[in-house]
Amino acid sequence: MTIQETEEAIVGEFSVFTDWMDKYEYIIELGKSVPPIAESARNEGNLIKGCQSRVWLDCSYSEGKLYFSADSDAIITKGIISLLIRVYNGQSPKDIVESDLSFIQKIGLQENLSPTRANGLVSMIKQIRAYALAYMNK
Amino acid sequence: MNKILENIRAAVPALSQQVYGKPLVYLDNAATSQKPVQVIELVNMMNSKLNGNVHRAMHYLSEQSTMLYEQAREKARQHINAPGRENIIFTSGATAAINLVASSFSCKFLKSGDSVIIAGDSHHSNIVPWQIACERAGARLKVIPVDDNGRLEIERLDSLIDSRTRLVAVTHISNVLGIVNDMEKITEIAHARGAKVLVDGAQGIVHAKVDVQAMDCDFYAFSAHKIYGETGSGILYGKSDLLNQMPPYMGGGEMVETVTYEKTTYAPLPLKFEAGTPNFIAAASLAPAIDFADALDSGEWGIAVKEEEDAILAYLPDALREIEGLTLYGTYGKKIPLFSFSVEGCNSSDIAQMLDKLGIAVRSGQMCSEPLMNRYGVTGMVRASFAPYNTLEEAVYLADSLKRVVKMLR
Repeated sequence: MTIQETEEAIVGEFSVFTDWMDKYEYIIELGKSVPPIAESARNEGNLIKGCQSRVWLDCSYSEGKLYFSADSDAIITKGIISLLIRVYNGQSPKDIVESDLSFIQKIGLQENLSPTRANGLVSMIKQIRAYALAYMNK
Repeated sequence: MNKILENIRAAVPALSQQVYGKPLVYLDNAATSQKPVQVIELVNMMNSKLNGNVHRAMHYLSEQSTMLYEQAREKARQHINAPGRENIIFTSGATAAINLVASSFSCKFLKSGDSVIIAGDSHHSNIVPWQIACERAGARLKVIPVDDNGRLEIERLDSLIDSRTRLVAVTHISNVLGIVNDMEKITEIAHARGAKVLVDGAQGIVHAKVDVQAMDCDFYAFSAHKIYGETGSGILYGKSDLLNQMPPYMGGGEMVETVTYEKTTYAPLPLKFEAGTPNFIAAASLAPAIDFADALDSGEWGIAVKEEEDAILAYLPDALREIEGLTLYGTYGKKIPLFSFSVEGCNSSDIAQMLDKLGIAVRSGQMCSEPLMNRYGVTGMVRASFAPYNTLEEAVYLADSLKRVVKMLR
């Protein structure tokens, strides 16, 4: 699946929710289903610190594709992380750099990416792009 | 809800709106308060009719705006019982007021080897300015600790003060713990040892009767927007002899008497500390804002507000404690209706985000008080802070919604 195809699939899944609490129920479920990041990867180097929540992001590169694992101490943040990983995992650095993540707005979660939220998500996306840029020239 | 509270709420337009299709339950009053009609109308009127710069021009608009600006100063003076006009300095807010003292007082009085003592229940605005001042002067910064219940350990102050302590900076009411600290006791101990006292009144001005002469503090700082006024103005109260000895904080505007390239002499108090064009509309809004605060505190409004506040204080702590794993912070002594808590297994931002979608505005995270978060071993808290216009029904809705949210998060 391309990044865009995955984004469209997520938008479709979220279109059934008319109530905010139902939407959060689903995001929480996603958050709980993410396996915790390996203890060795839960280190200072991978930590993205926000005022509201903390995020750990680990990245690996194999045969031209990037793979991510991430964790957070906030479950809603973790649920959104699981969506980002679903979109980006196994994609090429070039495709990641060129993506615009418009699905976040389409599913109504753009406020979570506002810099004032300080939940680590904005920095996490920046970090993902930084990894992609770094591997693009390899 | 009783009829009187309905009237109070009707005077504050923001309270009657819906968010996400739910009635707004605004419980972030410690961050900023909602404005009553008379404040909104004054600000609109000044912007549309009386926008003239204060203290300078010979024309009608300037005279009228200067009059409103000075009326607000007088209203603030009366409200905290300051001796005179010269003791009331307009700043851009409590943070600016504290920074003014941290800079000007320290420039004159804080020397290498001296010390400043701050309170352990402070927010960053009453910590960082003193760190900067101490670093600059080569002075030491010491902290009065808080105990497990949130009580400021005032009895330790005497042993913390040494012969080189120049100032004690304390918080009247902590924005995280909501406990009313004994200011008279602190000024008594500090003055006996020759140290001056600055009181951060950001929350205190809203929830306590402030009499700066009875308190005998040397400085008292607060913001207009927390006491129903417009954002961008605040007050620094200071004792005249200190303010007169302190050098200006900023230069320019109406803070001068005569200016030559060789030497400038400064205007007398309070203008000496009001450089540049002040936010005179926000400053003027303090007059109707204080009128509103006084109305909430007197007559039948006052009785209704007090009854509702007592009912909230009696109900909410127990209702919150019904939630397994919930810890309330600041449980000692005289409390204002401000409730900070953490819930085991739930992140504070998750809780706040979901309450938001149920129409409830609360604060989450470190609340500009990172050292205090560390003191209690948490990465964040949720805070519900009530104002006199909040109701018991809203407290019940908060407790019920919180139960629902915590159940979903676990």
